[in-house]
Amino acid sequence: MTLVYPKESLSAYPKHLSPGYRSTIKRSPSKPLIIIPHTLSELTGPVYGHEAVQENDNDLTKQHKGEPLGERIIVHGHILDEDKRPVPDTLVEIWQANACGRYVHVVDQHPAPLDPNFTGAGRTVTDKNGYYKFITVKPGAYPWRNHPNAWRPNHIHFSVFGHSFLSRLVTQMYFPGDPLFPFDPIFNSVTDEKARQRMISSFDLDNTVPDWALCFRFDIVLRGREQTPMEH
Amino acid sequence: MSEITPSQTVGPFFAYGLTPKGVCQWRPNSGFDWKETAGDNLITPDASGERIRIEGCITDGDGAPINDAMIEIWQADAQGRYMHPRDNRSIPNARFKGFGRSATDKSGVFGFSTVKPGAVPGPNGKAQAPHIVVCIYSRGMLRQIYTRLYFSDESANASDPILALIPPDRRDTLVAKKQMRGGQNVYRFDIRVQGKDETVFFDI
Ligand SMILES: [Fe+2]
Repeated sequence: MTLVYPKESLSAYPKHLSPGYRSTIKRSPSKPLIIIPHTLSELTGPVYGHEAVQENDNDLTKQHKGEPLGERIIVHGHILDEDKRPVPDTLVEIWQANACGRYVHVVDQHPAPLDPNFTGAGRTVTDKNGYYKFITVKPGAYPWRNHPNAWRPNHIHFSVFGHSFLSRLVTQMYFPGDPLFPFDPIFNSVTDEKARQRMISSFDLDNTVPDWALCFRFDIVLRGREQTPMEH
Repeated sequence: MSEITPSQTVGPFFAYGLTPKGVCQWRPNSGFDWKETAGDNLITPDASGERIRIEGCITDGDGAPINDAMIEIWQADAQGRYMHPRDNRSIPNARFKGFGRSATDKSGVFGFSTVKPGAVPGPNGKAQAPHIVVCIYSRGMLRQIYTRLYFSDESANASDPILALIPPDRRDTLVAKKQMRGGQNVYRFDIRVQGKDETVFFDI
């Protein structure tokens, strides 16, 4: 199986410059990007993290002495390529605010409490079916300074590797029905409605565990599809 | 029509999840047991080749340092082989993986300790000069930006098929300048995200 990485697939991505998100104004390239062929350097990529990931790294509610406060949730899904084939054995990393909308990061000055039982970082490696699963608490919304009364919708940050350095993806998972969607310039930097929907997890009643935790499903599709015979 | 998941910014708060010693740094006494996945030292004891240091500063369109960026690098070993199934030429250099991550400090500075990569195969059977693929993430970047690092002391740069695609007056932005410090080769690679002398980024 030889994968190719058509650039047309990137049309769903936000533009580098998206002025509604103010920080992009000085942090986006202003000169045209240079088109280069995909060489062995781009078509390979890190196979990483397996030695570092420990069994309970995917359960963010068990990393401290007690249980974190907040709504316990399960987040699971499959990592897929563009042909919807599973991407097995790849590193998935997440980080998030606690239930009050506060990150443990020192730069976060939001006056909401830290939770001594919650750090908010997790990771796992997908199984042979490309499946991953995390247990965590639902992150709270939090304010930021982009514009007056700006709040980020609830989200979990994801980082995924995939089959090459071209399939590398950093994104955010949102929750269904968030009232902040229309006002968030980061979410709306993806201008295509259907593409935006692909960043929203779906409520998964079938896998919600009675008397224990709600479940959300979030499948991630990475760049990369099989080369067709014509392309050989 | 492809249905890939769109990219979103890494934001300002990734450090404790993604970058070296992140968790310990923010919560020194949490008792949280967390091993590094990827750090800024790529050298394994068994890796052959020249040990080098790479350092640089990343700045924005105002020339201000970006103090909350993450730089990832991907490179071949000293023999020019990638630790990846798609590179099936031979068994790669022992445990050397070729991947590193560095978060910038408050001055926008990042750095890596690694080995100098060898030449790698390029398009149409032509060799590429030794280089490292560089990927940049930060608050204010809705998607990662890719560039490459070449080495100022490599004559092969003159015939590199990728550098040849770049306007001559901009090629220099991809060439890390060799400096000697305490008997070690340090390659200086500053990244200017926007404006005058903007670093060349790739549409890949
Ligand atoms: Fe966030």
